[in-house]
Amino acid sequence: MKSKARLMQGNEACVEGAIAAGMKFFAGYPITPSTEIAEIAAEKLPRVGGKFIQMEDEIASMAAVIGASLTGSKSMTATSGPGFSLKQENIGYAALAEVPCVVVDVQRSGPSTGLPTSPAQGDIMQARWGTHGDHPVIALTPSSVRETFDLTIRAFNLSEKYRVPVILLMDEIIGHMRERVELPDAFEIEIVNRKKPTVGRDQYLPYKADEDLIPPMANYGEGYRFHVTGLAHDETGFPTNSPAMADKLYRRLMDKIEMHKDDIIQWEEENTDDADVVIVSIGGVSRAADTAMKQLREKGYKVGTFRPITVWPFPEKRLLELASKVKTFVVAEMNLGQIALEVERIIKDKAELKKVNKVNGEAIYPEEIIARIEEVL
Amino acid sequence: MNNNETVTDKLVVNENWCKGCGICVKFCPKNVLKVENEKVKVIDIDKCIQCGLCELRCPDFAIYVRGK
Amino acid sequence: MPSALVNEYFRTNKLPQIWCPGCGHGIITRAITAAIDKLGLERDKICIVSGIGCSSRAPGYMDFDTLHTTHGRAIAFATGVKMANPDLKVIVITGDGDATAIGGNHLIHACRRNIDITTIVFNNNIYGMTGGQYSPTTPKFDKGTTAPYGNIDKAFDIPALAAAAGATYVGRSTAYHTQLLISLIENGIKNEGFSLIEALSVCPTYYGRKNKKGSAVDMLEWQKDHAVNISAASKMTPESLEGKFLIGEFKNSPEPEYTSEYQKIIDRLCKE
Ligand SMILES: Cc1ncc(C[n+]2csc(CCOP(=O)(O)OP(=O)(O)O)c2C)c(N)n1
Ligand code: SF4
Ligand code: SF4
Ligand code: SF4
Repeated sequence: MKSKARLMQGNEACVEGAIAAGMKFFAGYPITPSTEIAEIAAEKLPRVGGKFIQMEDEIASMAAVIGASLTGSKSMTATSGPGFSLKQENIGYAALAEVPCVVVDVQRSGPSTGLPTSPAQGDIMQARWGTHGDHPVIALTPSSVRETFDLTIRAFNLSEKYRVPVILLMDEIIGHMRERVELPDAFEIEIVNRKKPTVGRDQYLPYKADEDLIPPMANYGEGYRFHVTGLAHDETGFPTNSPAMADKLYRRLMDKIEMHKDDIIQWEEENTDDADVVIVSIGGVSRAADTAMKQLREKGYKVGTFRPITVWPFPEKRLLELASKVKTFVVAEMNLGQIALEVERIIKDKAELKKVNKVNGEAIYPEEIIARIEEVL
Repeated sequence: MNNNETVTDKLVVNENWCKGCGICVKFCPKNVLKVENEKVKVIDIDKCIQCGLCELRCPDFAIYVRGK
Repeated sequence: MPSALVNEYFRTNKLPQIWCPGCGHGIITRAITAAIDKLGLERDKICIVSGIGCSSRAPGYMDFDTLHTTHGRAIAFATGVKMANPDLKVIVITGDGDATAIGGNHLIHACRRNIDITTIVFNNNIYGMTGGQYSPTTPKFDKGTTAPYGNIDKAFDIPALAAAAGATYVGRSTAYHTQLLISLIENGIKNEGFSLIEALSVCPTYYGRKNKKGSAVDMLEWQKDHAVNISAASKMTPESLEGKFLIGEFKNSPEPEYTSEYQKIIDRLCKE
């Protein structure tokens, strides 16, 4: 059999994954290091009957993606730090109005224009709290080209299932890395579609959730004639000033993710069984963490790795379990300590926390992690 | 909710929706209407020619011509 | 029972609207449904999109698929709706601030693309919802809460802006000139491309009060007395046009429509 393996860039794998997931609409605005995603989407989407549009800015891109999703099209946008900031208001809109969509952020160095072509992981907290108010969010982080493909599909599936914006938090290392990958056939891929109403227009309450806390979603143009707003609303979808209704809505939005955490959260760990030290990292840094771990193991040190695949919600339960047996967590990240903040919150004083941080636009090298661990051991 | 409705042969007025702005009164060519206690009132229905100008410009859809 | 038109096209259980007594926005909203009614459009294939502002509350009362978005972004949301499902007739309701301040960039780019969206700008020359601050269409030297000494900004001529940016159907009417407004909206919806109709509204509560323009009735009378239809204007002397403003159909020049052009690309590629 002919090998289906292909040399592919992370950004390309993202588009391949999106199309495999059923993406039919992409709106974007060019920005390094995410631009290839827009370029490849522009080329591929019309070939599968989908639509691409280059909007006038990232605010418009996010808006168009939400509009398209309301007609039933699976929709995505891609950007990097500065553009991710511009999208935030409408990401909040998607969270409140429960419109499924995927937002790719290929992180670069910042704040502001920063080091445009250099890798960073400075948007961890922006992904969580970038828009105002309490809101649900799911953010996934791939650490290889193949995983970018898989997680893009998963991002669509989760957004459809839970009616939330899902953020694919990549970094420049993964976005621009080329790897030989073999993509699965369509029949091997699990595709999830949003839950549709089973009642007619007269009975349809667009924001009445089922027991799973997720309301079925009609498409515009199907005759439901429903209202969608960014104002606090009741089950009918119309604005409400009732404190009780507003409270119910906001809490349900958070609870719908909380309730399904076990379905959503993923992580990967290696050699944690006997580990004294566990390196915590995501995305591109996890590759250096892996190398560091292996080299230290060869030297006889008991080192393991822990890699959150869903950064949000964070794999809290598992990390806490590990904290009871691990002496030290070393959090390595290309920022000044954002994941470390979350790890610290979870482990409290159950284990020691050490950090490896880098914000100069260079990747974190295995030697830097090793050096830090050797200080501890 | 719509119990405060005045129905004549020519016009229907919904007092619940009327905000008493007086737009219909001013632009009625036949002086059929007036505003009293912040609500529109039909004062001379005989003169109404059912031109529909009141309906066209009422911002609150509180007045309309019947059978048209 | 409300009128047949209102009963047919409005969510009557949401009425009366939150708007102030005499607010012109209600007149314009009704005019939009009158135009839709005249065109006999398929009800379930209409999507009405708005931003944030008093004007942008209109779709909540209208019985269609309706989308109340973020401030200034209605046209961008509408672009996504239309691109993803070109079978939908997409109508945008927006205010002067919503459309030309925070949303100005989206407006000119939608004009440029000539995407089939009909945009009705409810222009009341002020920010109503936030309490009377000056907007990009507040006339020079008029007052707003943020222009206590008179506004020194020059006002946008919205139809001229839209026409220059590439909209293929452009017109202006007023809340007073309701019949003309209905026919412009009708033609705008019929135009396969980006249409912009400026509907001059009245805000007695803020613009009116701040600038001593009297009641809603007085403000509509002012519209009546100062508007000149463009078809009549050509026969008038410059002196008689002094202090007047134009209404009517300003531009009607169809060009290829954006989503149709994109569909051509899809069709070509799918044949390969
Ligand atoms: C991003 C953002 N900035 C500011 C506001 C506050 N705001 C709400 S409506 C509005 C102005 C509305 O004016 P206009 O569009 O002219 O509509 P009108 O209320 O006059 O009908 C502003 C500034 C907001 N909601 N969102
Ligand atoms: S229909 Fe015409 S004449 Fe009759 S009340 Fe209305 S505006 Fe006056
Ligand atoms: S125009 Fe409408 S709201 Fe105003 S007074 Fe007449 S009926 Fe009442
Ligand atoms: S503030 Fe002005 S624009 Fe807003 S509802 Fe009142 S009159 Fe209308």
